[in-house]
Amino acid sequence: MYAQLVKTAGTGVKTRAEMSDEERNFQDRIDRDEKIEPKDWMPDDYRATLIRQIGQHAHSEIVGQLPEGNWITRAPTLERKAILLAKVQDEAGHGLYLYCAAETLGVTRDELTEELLSGRMKYSSIFNYPTLNWADIGAVGWLVDGAAIMNQVPLQRTSYGPYSRAMIRICKEESFHQRQGYDIMMKMAQGTDAQRKMAQNALNRFWYPSLMMFGPSDKDSVHSAQSLAWKIKIDTNDELRQKFVDQTVPQAKYLGLTIPDEHLKWNEERGAHDFSEPDWSEFFNVIKGKGPCNIDRMKDRVAAWEDGAWVRDGLLAHARKKSAARTAAE
Amino acid sequence: MSKEWPLWEVFIRGQHGLSHRHVGSLHAPDAEMAIKNARDVYTRRNEGVSIWVVEAVHIAASSPEEKGPLYEPSNSKVYRHPTFFDIPEDVGHM
Ligand SMILES: [Fe+2]
Ligand SMILES: [Fe+2]
Ligand SMILES: [Fe+2]
Repeated sequence: MYAQLVKTAGTGVKTRAEMSDEERNFQDRIDRDEKIEPKDWMPDDYRATLIRQIGQHAHSEIVGQLPEGNWITRAPTLERKAILLAKVQDEAGHGLYLYCAAETLGVTRDELTEELLSGRMKYSSIFNYPTLNWADIGAVGWLVDGAAIMNQVPLQRTSYGPYSRAMIRICKEESFHQRQGYDIMMKMAQGTDAQRKMAQNALNRFWYPSLMMFGPSDKDSVHSAQSLAWKIKIDTNDELRQKFVDQTVPQAKYLGLTIPDEHLKWNEERGAHDFSEPDWSEFFNVIKGKGPCNIDRMKDRVAAWEDGAWVRDGLLAHARKKSAARTAAE
Repeated sequence: MSKEWPLWEVFIRGQHGLSHRHVGSLHAPDAEMAIKNARDVYTRRNEGVSIWVVEAVHIAASSPEEKGPLYEPSNSKVYRHPTFFDIPEDVGHM
């Protein structure tokens, strides 16, 4: 997902007998659906895992601006440009909400930024794919934001209060993102032959990377079991992927586009679609930094950070000067 | 030096999971007393599970005269609302 392959700290779910009193109390609160707040006691592993997860989610929102930002100057109309600008601006906001939620756990914004820029922390694999034609912007809104929503809606109920509240705000804004993407796809799919081809081409390239957003199957993972018990993960990766496929099939059909999977078919017995798994070796390659755009994305983020240094320093110097003047006047 | 106690703004989390909301103000000599007073003034009927107090002088507020320049620009950006886009019902909830 936006947070993929987050390594859960610890050794897996403890039995009640293995838990300390504090840990038992903590788990009871989570089981009662009480929110954990920053000043509450929490296991170190819960804190560490959440910092990784929320941090990775925040980085994804920020890096996720790049593939779409690529088309702001080239959007086909002024209206589309304004809409795309508003969408990308929302993503910056999502990054901020999430960084702030992570900061309540005792990590600083600059520490998180450094972890991203040094490559120690990851962002979602999906943003390492290029946006080659205008229909890609439609496909990103429709599929990528669609997959993000699939993951974020259940996370509104996550056990950590600040994370849950950030998710609630984010989900309110995401519907616009997916709809503007689908709206672009409708225009393209109902357009000229050339436009329809671009739409199909975008779907072909974004389909499997979107399925990868949910991460490899984790149904047998002890780490995921711990995250599920802590309610910082609500559904397994496979459950979310299935829901996403079932939701997207009729949408593709309405567009008259073909999902690039010859094994995709409705399974009456399961009441769900059967579909092909993405190529997981490609996924691991992208995670390792070998996707089509990894180098560019990092280069752009590092440049943004370094080129922005004089602005950050200048504003801080100005604030200090003003406050010194105020103190002198008192 | 003035002997008047400073003014504190009080924020209460009403229920588990919700944000703190501003409920009012009070005077107190320090943060610790402000929280105690807030407990007595604002949570006598179990209104809260958590209290925040902030000295009022530390709150920076936008000024009402700036209302136009601050908020009017978003009036024209109707596309930020999902209903701006007509999505056919056949494709399911989006
Ligand atoms: Fe977002
Ligand atoms: Fe996003
Ligand atoms: Fe989004």
